Amino acid sequence: MKKYGDFTAVAGVNLEVPRGELFGFLGPNGAGKTTTLRMIAGILRPTSGTVEIGGVNISKDPIAAKMKLGFIPDRPFIYEKLTGGEFLKFVAGLYEQEGPQVEHRARELLALFDLEEWRDELVESYSHGMRQKLIISSAFVHRPEVIVVDEPMVGLDPKAARILKDLFREYTQRGHTIMMSTHTLEVAESLCNRIGIIQGGKIRALGTMADLRKTAEGGGGLEDIFLKLTGENSARALVDVLDA
Amino acid sequence: MPEAAATTGARAEVRPDPSLWHLLWPKYLTIRARGTGEKRGRGARLALLGTFGFLFWSFVFGVLYRLLLYFRGVEEIGPLLAGKLLGMLLVGFFSILLLSNIITALSSFFLAKDLDLLVAGPVDWLNVYLAKLVETVLNSSWMVALMAIPTFAAYGIAYDGGWAFPFIAAAVLIPLLVIPGVIGSATTLILVNVFPARRTRDILSVIAVLTAGGIVLLFRIVRPEQLARPEGFRSLVDFVTVLRTPTSPYLPSEWAQNAIMSWLQFKLDYLPFYMLWTTAAAFVVFGALLHRGLYLKGFSKAQESAARWARTGLFSGFMHRVLNPLGILRRELVLKELRLFFRDTTQWSQLILLAVLVVVYVFNIKFLPLKGEGITFFLLNVVPFLNLVLAGFVLASVAARFIFPGVSLEGRTWWLLRSSPMSMGDLLWSKFWVGTAPLILLAVTIVGVTDYLLAVAPFMFTVSVLTIIGMTFAVSGLAVGFGTAFPQFETENAAQIPTSFGGLLFMMSSIAVIGGVVILEARPVYSYLRQQTFGDPYSAWELGLGFGLAALLCIAATVIPMRLARTRLEAVER
Repeated sequence: MKKYGDFTAVAGVNLEVPRGELFGFLGPNGAGKTTTLRMIAGILRPTSGTVEIGGVNISKDPIAAKMKLGFIPDRPFIYEKLTGGEFLKFVAGLYEQEGPQVEHRARELLALFDLEEWRDELVESYSHGMRQKLIISSAFVHRPEVIVVDEPMVGLDPKAARILKDLFREYTQRGHTIMMSTHTLEVAESLCNRIGIIQGGKIRALGTMADLRKTAEGGGGLEDIFLKLTGENSARALVDVLDA
Repeated sequence: MPEAAATTGARAEVRPDPSLWHLLWPKYLTIRARGTGEKRGRGARLALLGTFGFLFWSFVFGVLYRLLLYFRGVEEIGPLLAGKLLGMLLVGFFSILLLSNIITALSSFFLAKDLDLLVAGPVDWLNVYLAKLVETVLNSSWMVALMAIPTFAAYGIAYDGGWAFPFIAAAVLIPLLVIPGVIGSATTLILVNVFPARRTRDILSVIAVLTAGGIVLLFRIVRPEQLARPEGFRSLVDFVTVLRTPTSPYLPSEWAQNAIMSWLQFKLDYLPFYMLWTTAAAFVVFGALLHRGLYLKGFSKAQESAARWARTGLFSGFMHRVLNPLGILRRELVLKELRLFFRDTTQWSQLILLAVLVVVYVFNIKFLPLKGEGITFFLLNVVPFLNLVLAGFVLASVAARFIFPGVSLEGRTWWLLRSSPMSMGDLLWSKFWVGTAPLILLAVTIVGVTDYLLAVAPFMFTVSVLTIIGMTFAVSGLAVGFGTAFPQFETENAAQIPTSFGGLLFMMSSIAVIGGVVILEARPVYSYLRQQTFGDPYSAWELGLGFGLAALLCIAATVIPMRLARTRLEAVER
């Protein structure tokens, strides 16, 4: 649970994501997705309850828990005066990693996202999408067991989005775990093993696509299920809005 | 759908033109929100800031008022001296305003976040210009305007300016603030059209710092204190002639001086008022025309970022090897700090100003009249000891500018540091050492060189150097501690961070610690010097206690704030 004064941002989220799973976290704006993910990443402290990464309690042993973790935030803020290459080296250093293998990995990641030519250029001249690609690379550079991702597709071009989807799929197939929040329902539908829908700080539905269809009492794609479960039906007001 | 069609048709004819006030409205709301936000401890902050502000004003007013009363008593040349002094002050204000406006205009006209909205919106170019000009003038002039209050008050009261004097002062000050505002924004507009905006910021930082440093250096090397001695002139007539000669008849500061002095001497001259207001009005018109012609091209250019390549150089490789014993994590943290500092022109360029201040400092010591009759061994060795206080203040100011903002500047990258497997202690100590190491070098250089110039005894030399090292640790610890306790995570401009409430508290604490160390060491140093000068005995116990307590104070001022900072940082949630 996470409270800010009297406001409850996250209330009673109880989740277990097993090794090798790609878990999708959906919900309307302000539902508590980012707060939940930031608690899992150790950036925010839960008001009550615990977070465990690979069996390690993040409050009791934050260093050990965070060694297993990589985090990709929704807004790509990075040190503007470091080059892309230096940033990756710095992040690897935070996880006490260095050497030819890490450097090779960094080069491979930059090449994967078409950033190789920008390696020695300061981040201040990167576009939003390029920064996002660099942050994604930084989350993979130290090979974490678990990656927590908040809105990974924002600002990515179609090619990078495709690469990222393949990367996520391949990474989980190798036994790593990814927990991702997204508004791109097509991505969630095609990638995630299980999906959780959060609203008002509480999990409204949880399970595979088949489970969610049952919960929503009807067929259709994830968009229909999402709108049914979250009660998001703004279409009726559109005429009023446009004519106002 | 006749109604809908009518609505659409009517909409097509509407030509929205947001007023100037409408454009300034969000700025007003921001200021109001800042004023009403953060209720906790607001009263105490206001009281403290108010007290300091009042004390500072009183000091400026007191010094000027006494000086002006003295001038008033001097026949013939008294008013001339008062006018000359006002002229010098106003030239100073005008120079500061010019530099400050050039730099502020770059942010408000080309880099501000609201510009996309304004430029893309159906807003008249003149209103954009005027709104941004008002913003620039207010942001760059508030400090000068605050300084002007006790200055004009002293003149008004000393020369019986009467109830209308505040209005006269305002009538002089307003155009005096507008003119540099227009010149500054026009200069920036031209520069941005020549260079990319981000490169312009770098160039401007260096130009501004070099100019400021040059002015300080020139002013000191000229040794103006010699000019204050009329006996240096061949005759009184020469002296009066120099005073009567207008120093800069084309400068608005000179018109402002004439306007104020004409009112205070009951010989009201309207010409300087006309000159000030018509020039300000004409400048605004010319500035607006220039804006119409060049702004869009400049704004478009400002969106381009200069290609900025950085390769790992020899220095980086050397530092890598030097820092290797620290381990990977700490080494990378320190290297990151160094790269961010030396690649940011706005940061390192201030080192030039620092170098100038050190030169001025040493220059002042060199010209202290400490030779000849009446200068005893005692006096010669007390001066470097008291000098430690001044050196301590210099260190505190440098720490406020370079170490205090360290944690605040991590605000936007907090997600990375917090989600990484490192302790907050590692982060804080890396910031501490990156700041402390050069500060120690600076401190030892200042004290070492001045002590050498003064030819002090070896004992005092050792005491001075060890004390300043202890003070440096304490000041750095306090800077990291207070910088963490009062972070300004949303402020991107490092130079603004020390001007916060936390910055003020840091300076007060540093001064208290510096004062405490000097007081604790005063007794043993006094005993030693008496023994050396007059042969009085001194006790080793007294010496040990004084220096021991001073060392303890320095250690406490280093370690306690660092520990508190760590606790505070671990609780930060963003």
